[in-house]
Amino acid sequence: MNSRLTNILPFLVAGLLALFPLVESTFYMQLLTKVLIMAIFAMSLDLLVGYTGLVSFGHAAYFGLAGYAIALMAPKYETISLWWSLPAAIGVCALFALITGTLVLRTRGIYFIMVTLAFSQMLFFIFHDTKIGGGSDGIYLYAKPSMNFGDVQLLNLEKLENFYWLVLVLTVAVYLLLHRVLGSTFGRALLGIKVNEHRMRALGFPVFRYQLASFTLSGALAGMAGYLAAAQYGFVNPEILSWHQSGAVLMMVILGGMGTLYGSVIGAFAFVLLQEVLSNQAWFGPSAKHWQLAMGIFIMLVALYLPQGLAGLSQRFGRKPVAEAADE
Amino acid sequence: MSEMQQVPGTGMPILSTKGLTKQFGGLVAVSDVSLDLYVGEVHVVIGPNGAGKSTLTNLLSGDLPPTSGEVIFEGRDIAGCSSDHISRLGIGRSYQKTNIFLPFTVFENCRLAAQSRTPHALRVFNRARAYTGINRQAEEAMAAAGLTHRAERIAATLSHGEQRQLEIAMCLATQPRILLLDEPLAGMGPHESQRMVELIKGLTQDHAIMLIEHDMDAVFALAHRLTVMVNGEVLESGTPEAVRSSPAVQLAYLGGEELLHD
Repeated sequence: MNSRLTNILPFLVAGLLALFPLVESTFYMQLLTKVLIMAIFAMSLDLLVGYTGLVSFGHAAYFGLAGYAIALMAPKYETISLWWSLPAAIGVCALFALITGTLVLRTRGIYFIMVTLAFSQMLFFIFHDTKIGGGSDGIYLYAKPSMNFGDVQLLNLEKLENFYWLVLVLTVAVYLLLHRVLGSTFGRALLGIKVNEHRMRALGFPVFRYQLASFTLSGALAGMAGYLAAAQYGFVNPEILSWHQSGAVLMMVILGGMGTLYGSVIGAFAFVLLQEVLSNQAWFGPSAKHWQLAMGIFIMLVALYLPQGLAGLSQRFGRKPVAEAADE
Repeated sequence: MSEMQQVPGTGMPILSTKGLTKQFGGLVAVSDVSLDLYVGEVHVVIGPNGAGKSTLTNLLSGDLPPTSGEVIFEGRDIAGCSSDHISRLGIGRSYQKTNIFLPFTVFENCRLAAQSRTPHALRVFNRARAYTGINRQAEEAMAAAGLTHRAERIAATLSHGEQRQLEIAMCLATQPRILLLDEPLAGMGPHESQRMVELIKGLTQDHAIMLIEHDMDAVFALAHRLTVMVNGEVLESGTPEAVRSSPAVQLAYLGGEELLHD
């Protein structure tokens, strides 16, 4: 693949996805919306895992916190304005990431995994065991957020295709944002920290500050995904904060290929669609209930034969390695 | 000028240690070491394996905090400061075991090193390669280390000697005033060693250099000042001639006659 093609490919894919509602039914549009939300979530985690070298096993904390933020902020049977509630939810997550980041970034490796998991589990039990967020039943969101300009409704998000397009635009925006950030001096420093943290420090980089900035941005973007997920389903419960969720998004990143950004998008597609297919009773009958077994085997095969994930497939056709790809 | 500086103890040292000590549990790796570094001089530290030379370097670079003692840099005690802080003060180091960014190109290794000196480093929307100042600094460092022709090679594919050169180039790209070089000739062939010696010679005028080295030809080709360490302690320190003729040194480390043959 030459570099011009790789530069326009994301737009080509986004353009095709934008046309999707014209040809497809409700079910697949909802499914694709979910895929794109998970793609945002996975890209936010890839910033940490693939570009900063920090494997977080508690990323659902930020995803779920934003979901609870919109659910708690929204008036009971009325709609909430997207204009302030989305930035507010993202802000809450950024702040939470900034605070937890200053603590968890004092650890590395397996301890980092355990401490991030611990923080997300704390949040899980706060919402599960107290009445703040309706306990294990969660909270219903009866209306989608509104996008009004004065009294004029710009976009009615109750319509599936409008919500889908909003999510698509945000997915592209997050991709472009991260692509830009990773090509900056800041992004290069993150890659340097991932490859050789010790040397970065010896070169005079204040490593902790860079990691904290990355951790905060990552948490904020995970919050955007969580907000959208809560808006799509119309309810939140502690499950969105659970470690299963943290594991699922980590698998998407690994499945797609760490440190490639677009790999996270591919990983989200593969994971969500595969889950949908494998748990389809019409196709797999009673074994559909055990879809996780088939999924596990699939992930093992990818790990064995495509250590760079599904994105590694495109690298076989001449895509450049990460460090250079950041130049594009 | 060089005549003046070859005489130890003249002028003001840019960095000096006083009673520097590092203990690991019961082991005293560096014991009460006091030495001075001057701009325009190469101060070579020699000693058998385990003498505490690398630990001494780690104490100066901030990779390890000392147990006690002072490191005075321009009149301030910087002992125990973090390594990134010390690097930003203008004290650069190379490592005994090559410590570079293996998956990056030679240029990117040097560019990243140069980037560490810019106040724009935390900007997130710029283009990393668009800073001509940083790029020029990286290119100058590559040229100084003789790596310009390898600029676009991935560091992992370089020969051992070239990786050692890159280690120095990265150090230079941070534009330090003090260079702490930990066995830069380790594992190099005679030809490569000769080039590295010339490189270090060329850097002497503008830098204060502390060099740890085993290669005696290189040591005597470069040293203005020589310190011999044994078991964490300074056995002898002075001009190369004085140290070479010291009976204690000959007995303890240099093996007598071997050293006297040039």
